[in-house]
Amino acid sequence: MMWDWEFTAVVVPRLLDGLVITVLATLIGYLVALALGLAVAIVRRVRIIGPIVHAVMEFIRTTPLLVQLLFVFFLAPSGMTALTVGITVLGVHYAAYTAEVYRSGIEGVAKGQWEACRALSLPPLRVWGAVILPQAIRKVIPALGNYLIAMFKDTPLLYAITVQEMMFHASGLGGQYFRNFEAITLVGLLFVLVSVPSAILIRRLERRYAAV
Amino acid sequence: MGSIPVDFFIDRFPLYLEGAGTTFTITVLGTALAFVLAMVIGVLGTLRNPVARGVASFYTETFRGIAALVLMFWMAFSIPQITPYELDVTFAAVLALGLNVGAYGAEVVRASINAVPKAQTEATIALNMTWARRMRLVILPQAWAQMLPTFGNLVIELMKASAIVSLIGVTDLTQVARLQGQASGQTILAFGSALVMYFVIAQVLIVGVRLLERRANRRLGRTPPAGGGLLALLRPPTVGATATGGAR
Amino acid sequence: MPLSDTTGAPGPEAAGGPLIRFEKVVKRYGDNVVLRELDFEVAAGERVTLIGPSGSGKTTILRLLMTLETVNDGVIWVNGDSLSHMERNGKLVPANEAHLRRVRKKIGMVFQQFNLFPNMSVRKNITEGPVHTLGVSKEEANQRAEDLLELVGLKAKIDAHPTQLSGGQQQRVAIARALAMRPEILLLDEVTSALDPELVAGVLDVLRDVAQTTDITMLCVTHEMGFARDVSHRVLMFDAGRIAEEGTPEQIFGDPREERTRTFLKAVLETG
Repeated sequence: MMWDWEFTAVVVPRLLDGLVITVLATLIGYLVALALGLAVAIVRRVRIIGPIVHAVMEFIRTTPLLVQLLFVFFLAPSGMTALTVGITVLGVHYAAYTAEVYRSGIEGVAKGQWEACRALSLPPLRVWGAVILPQAIRKVIPALGNYLIAMFKDTPLLYAITVQEMMFHASGLGGQYFRNFEAITLVGLLFVLVSVPSAILIRRLERRYAAV
Repeated sequence: MGSIPVDFFIDRFPLYLEGAGTTFTITVLGTALAFVLAMVIGVLGTLRNPVARGVASFYTETFRGIAALVLMFWMAFSIPQITPYELDVTFAAVLALGLNVGAYGAEVVRASINAVPKAQTEATIALNMTWARRMRLVILPQAWAQMLPTFGNLVIELMKASAIVSLIGVTDLTQVARLQGQASGQTILAFGSALVMYFVIAQVLIVGVRLLERRANRRLGRTPPAGGGLLALLRPPTVGATATGGAR
Repeated sequence: MPLSDTTGAPGPEAAGGPLIRFEKVVKRYGDNVVLRELDFEVAAGERVTLIGPSGSGKTTILRLLMTLETVNDGVIWVNGDSLSHMERNGKLVPANEAHLRRVRKKIGMVFQQFNLFPNMSVRKNITEGPVHTLGVSKEEANQRAEDLLELVGLKAKIDAHPTQLSGGQQQRVAIARALAMRPEILLLDEVTSALDPELVAGVLDVLRDVAQTTDITMLCVTHEMGFARDVSHRVLMFDAGRIAEEGTPEQIFGDPREERTRTFLKAVLETG
């Protein structure tokens, strides 16, 4: 079976459109995950609310993203677009992961730092903002970077709720022209083209931070 | 009012249970494949031979770079187009999940082997052990304890990722929820029930891995985390890497 | 000065050629030269102590002998075999694994950090090598493990786990483990440096015992000068990858000729 170049010419522009959506969903979702995860990691240390938040995040972390997407998609008000649902769910789902990363970073800050803050009677805002978080986050930057790639790779799931990302076009056109081979292979290639260099770049950064 | 969700779930419980069974089976098979791949490729990655290392890093980079969903669609839909064969969809799903998670597992295996103190290798050289004996008797048993927590996470990831099989027509838990949602119109209840069942499966898997971790740590002479009982198993282990005989 | 009078060393069985011979051995780590064209010999049955400031190359000598490192230049001969090279068609070529495994058979090592296998009991730690490498039967290996543990005073701990032992006990097990391989040469790499002071004596007593009751050739890197004086036939003082001075323990400790030796000994005796 030969590669169909004519079909390739038809499908690639659409896939690139999809790639834009994919990257957009990844980046915005990532920002949500970074911010929400940090909030969760801090709130987790609060009494009563902390354990509840933790339990909810644990539930989100141990159940499939695909089912969460479908669940929220059907629950969401009709005004909300599929893409908005997708980005939100993606961000919240990964916040469950980033929260764990932040937590390990916060726990990694030496006990003496907390004690020093107490000895100086710093207000909580300064304790977190000026002492604990700057040290904690610096250490976990590489781990957070890995989740950017993980999220990118999970974006094809948005196809299940009709978001027009790469897989949506590939599956549509591939089925229509009976050229699934070309369509899906191209999606795979595009994924590797974006994610492998990003992974290598992140590992570089990781090494640089580790060296400091 | 409050009884309606319960009724919905009780009525369809056998269907959900069947779907959960499929999800569990795919998870176990995918895990088995991923485990074998992770061990073989992971060990290859620790060798000095550049070819072995090249193969290992090609596999891990490629399969960590492709989404399992894309891989599964490729196997299910493009293999029939380019060859006269058609893969069974469940088989395609297991293959895709195993290859994908195996790539992550291989990195864990490689890193855990490399994390065994170099002094341990030196001690095996002083006792004139062969490479195979060194791996089997000394290095892997120690690396194993370190691999397990991450392996546990990967099994959960694989279980979650298995939901994608519903997109190629396998009747797993997600597919049951989708069908029941369509049939009853109560999509939120249908998917909510599935989420709860996924959560239960995950907890079962977590307890299983914790038991393995305890055993592995006991064999290394490390004390298991304080407190007993089932609840303790759900807490993440607090034992650090405090192996004896390691260089500082 | 260091090379010429090695043959005059007071080894008891110095006749019949040296057991170990270093020939212009060079070892570098990057730009850092650890050994500079080192020559020295050890006779069979001789017990030699290597002293000197840290970084002077003492430990490197032991690690080279155990084939944990390879030389950059020069040759190390053990019983007429080159460690790093083997003969093939009349030419010396880099040693392969089989050659290394053959020459290693004669050599055992005790490490500063003990390096017991945490996944095995004390018994397994001691029997694993004899059973799997030397092909000794399980019964025999077990018997030998018991005898050796008796020697190091830890027979009761045979089924214990390394983590249940104190540092001193772990080190005594490590000595038993090394002896179980019946080495001709025993390398002792700062075996008491990682121990709490009160545990040092027990380990040294065991080694004194081994020195008195066997004719194993011993190379010992240590800061325990009393021990060195008691057991060794010869002491080598290293400095910057060369032998600065060598002689009998009486001479080195009692009447060092070199200024470097004097300052080193003074520093060690003051802090130790």
